[in-house]
Amino acid sequence: MTRTSAWLHGWLLLLPSAALLALFTHYPAVATLWHSFGSTPKGARPSVYVGLDNYRQLVDDPIFWQALTNNLWYAAGTIPLAIALALLMAVWVNGKLAGRGLLRLAYFTPTVLPMIAVANIWLFFYTPQYGLLEQVTGALGLPAHNWLGSRNTALGCLMVVTVWKEAGFFMIFYLAALQQMSPHLAEAAAIEGASRWHFFRRVTFPLLMPTTLFVLVNAVINAFRLVDHVVVMTRGGPDNATELLLYYVYEVGFRFWDSAYAATLTMVLLMLLGAAALAQFGFIERKVHYR
Amino acid sequence: MKLTTVVRWLGGVTVAALAALATAQTPVEISFYYPVAVGGPITKIIDGLAADFEKEHPGIKVKPIYSGSYQDSIVKALTAVKSNDAPTLSVLLSTDMYTLIDEDAIVPFDPLIKTPEDQAWLKGFYPAFMENSQTGGKTWGIPFQRSTIVLYYNKELLKEAGLDPNKAPANWKEMAEYANKLTKRDAAGKVTQWGVQIPSEGFPYWLFQGLTTENNAMLMNAAGTEVYYDKPGVVEALQYWVDLVTKDKVHPEGIVAWGTTPKDFFERKVAMIWTTTGNLTNVRANAKFDFGVAMLPANKRRGSPTGGGNFYMFKQAKPEQQAAAFKFVRWITSAERAAQWGIDTGYVAVRPDAWETPAMKKYVADFALPAVARDQLQYAVAELSTHDNQRVTKALNDGLQAALTGTKTPAQAMADAQREADRLLRPYRK
Amino acid sequence: MNVHAYDARGFARGIETTAAWTLGALWILPLAYAIWTAFHAGEFATHFAPTAPLTLQNFATAWNAAPFARYLLNTILLCAMILAAQLMLCTLAAYAFARFEFPGRNVLFALVLVQLMVMPDVLLVENYRTMNALGLRDTIVAIGLPYMASAFGIFLLRQTFKTVPRELDEAARIEGCTPLQVLWKVYVPLARPVYLAYALVSVSYHWNNFLWPLIITNSVESRPLTVGLQVFSSTDQGIDWSIITAATLLTTAPLLIAFLLFQRQFVQSFMRAGIR
Repeated sequence: MTRTSAWLHGWLLLLPSAALLALFTHYPAVATLWHSFGSTPKGARPSVYVGLDNYRQLVDDPIFWQALTNNLWYAAGTIPLAIALALLMAVWVNGKLAGRGLLRLAYFTPTVLPMIAVANIWLFFYTPQYGLLEQVTGALGLPAHNWLGSRNTALGCLMVVTVWKEAGFFMIFYLAALQQMSPHLAEAAAIEGASRWHFFRRVTFPLLMPTTLFVLVNAVINAFRLVDHVVVMTRGGPDNATELLLYYVYEVGFRFWDSAYAATLTMVLLMLLGAAALAQFGFIERKVHYR
Repeated sequence: MKLTTVVRWLGGVTVAALAALATAQTPVEISFYYPVAVGGPITKIIDGLAADFEKEHPGIKVKPIYSGSYQDSIVKALTAVKSNDAPTLSVLLSTDMYTLIDEDAIVPFDPLIKTPEDQAWLKGFYPAFMENSQTGGKTWGIPFQRSTIVLYYNKELLKEAGLDPNKAPANWKEMAEYANKLTKRDAAGKVTQWGVQIPSEGFPYWLFQGLTTENNAMLMNAAGTEVYYDKPGVVEALQYWVDLVTKDKVHPEGIVAWGTTPKDFFERKVAMIWTTTGNLTNVRANAKFDFGVAMLPANKRRGSPTGGGNFYMFKQAKPEQQAAAFKFVRWITSAERAAQWGIDTGYVAVRPDAWETPAMKKYVADFALPAVARDQLQYAVAELSTHDNQRVTKALNDGLQAALTGTKTPAQAMADAQREADRLLRPYRK
Repeated sequence: MNVHAYDARGFARGIETTAAWTLGALWILPLAYAIWTAFHAGEFATHFAPTAPLTLQNFATAWNAAPFARYLLNTILLCAMILAAQLMLCTLAAYAFARFEFPGRNVLFALVLVQLMVMPDVLLVENYRTMNALGLRDTIVAIGLPYMASAFGIFLLRQTFKTVPRELDEAARIEGCTPLQVLWKVYVPLARPVYLAYALVSVSYHWNNFLWPLIITNSVESRPLTVGLQVFSSTDQGIDWSIITAATLLTTAPLLIAFLLFQRQFVQSFMRAGIR
């Protein structure tokens, strides 16, 4: 294969994908930056260049700060918990416990459901006075609580929903990785007298690092991308306690039709995702062991 | 005459005739978005109305498109406008008027209202409903599914509590007292039945406007460029609501959902609820107890905001579509149809003559409750509506929710809301 | 299954089993309750009565209340279209990255990876504008187009293609195959488990996607199931939970049943694909 022919083939094969990616990922990212420096066109008035005005508005906007903190708490709350649970589930399902197949089914099923459906079900659950949760806490003698209707618990409720949905999905990846591990490792370690926890910490977990990285990437993306449950359950309330960044972008862009400000908010989101990407691929990459 | 000439002439005539036939047979198609915000088989009713209209007007085809809640519908409508795919008509909140005008999406109905009958028809709507439909001397919306808030109360529970089941609370003091007697707690102190419940989710500002109107406080000006969230009367009204939760403890804590409030009522989890009269048919069908409907309790005066949706005509509709759409709007808001719509749903029939039709008279004779909302119209005020409406009302909604969840005091919450609203409305005050 | 040297035994095993089962029960509880509610009349949604009579009325009501059949058709079309396009485009691109040397290859690959973190949903305001400009708004194509070039797919397939021994490639080349024929005859068959895993991920992702389809579609003809369900249950009317849960089950049933029938293959394909 000559150099030019390799060149040509390479580019031609790549062209359709590259074109679509450019059109729907790269171009919009650049366009977002561009539009964040202009004003929102309204009716007959076109957009004008306003420099950093939109960013100043962003800094002064209490709802934006609320959305940002919410999202960061949300990420901190769901990512470690979902991954930890997924690992635990994988270890259990991998071991020789009774009813393993059913367990796996139970853990994985929430993943197959759309978030919209999950959110509807949990909305029903959380309904004050006669939702399932209230019925259960009532039976246990605990006080009544308006879970989605109070600022302290609303975001937590959403986190529970997310973890419920995602843990099973991550479990599968860990399961696959665990099953790839040679049993000799365990045997050798057992002979050496290593405790179970020691074996897990020193052998299993590091070997699972590639999976953890993969799962982590997914979890981070979802923490910022998945806002379906906000749409169904709380619509950002009460008083913006569950306002997440992408949901705020949606509100500003498609309810208030303030496209310039929506672009500005999107820029923040992009920067966050970029920072997360750098952190993961740069820092953790060093700790990943490949065989 | 030569044969060829005759043939040519015949050919020409045939073509012309076919063309005429074709255009005559092409029906004008109009589409309209409609939301559903109340219980009941609304979609079926709308489809039925569309079919009836088409029967009476063979040249027009009507395509109703269900578009979700009011919130969903305005998003859909504006999305469609921005991509040059607007429907001909849409039923949207009466408060969306300024937003639609600012987005250059709608046209006023005035150019189509030509004949004296048309003008009489326009004057025949309740003035309270026209307040959110006209501005700058033009008519932008035609009332269709309008409502007021009413108080539903469970007569059985009232009797149980030793109150007169036929007498609803007439003022704020009475409502708090009634609610006190109607709140039941179990042995552990947990509330099994609340006295009163006012939804604070979705559009709390609407329910709140009931309280402010009763306290004789206006929330905005007629031009939609100013709001008065931090006036003392408004803060007082909010304090009353917050007190029901924290001081009297007769109102559920936290944010009360709109959609589940009727269900809470059916389940006897609450004895009195504030919700739209549009839910009347739903409550009638599902409440397995004797219930009453009353005007909202007064403070300095009786009052309620109007609510619900108007028909709007979109600018992108072609002239023949607009003409056909106008026919449809006139037809569906005629006395008989408005009456039937009110009977089927529980919305307030939008014109006085609708209440005089035989069908409505018979209905009210059997079931007096729909008339309550109509009678409340004399005390009704326009619903909160300003430029950049979504955002300005969100500022108020956030403030209300902050106060009701105890995060801010009513005064602080309203001050913050006012500041935000002023910032948003500044560009509209020339 | 591997016999693990560290498997719990005796009492510890008992505890572990109980813990695992409790978690499993908790995990399945919401769905189980939703299913129970959907099959019983409205009154029982709030009062759990184990002996309440079963009914299919909720499903009938939900089915008639919104055009779920059309939504189902739209969703199937959407997922099929996206998958077909993804398989084709990602295979070609991955082949290019794996086996061809051309200038800018690494830079381009890095650019492709950007989409891993920045999905089209995040850029929904701009993508909406683009779709508008293309005149594709409110079509099923519009829902799928931003996803057809999938960075995840390219990444996965590139990794897989790289593990194919070069000897097979050269052997086929010697027999006179063009590069595309080599791709079709050598690489694609060897990557079959990866294709299967990827197909499963893609279908379930796009079946369940919500926000982007919400803003880009307006009418029944292009709405997928998720948006249809939301429009149906978002009304401000009195919420009847038994009907909403019935509708929810209707929208999730196809995927759920497919999963239940094929869960073994589902899980196996993930494992064999070696996604680690």
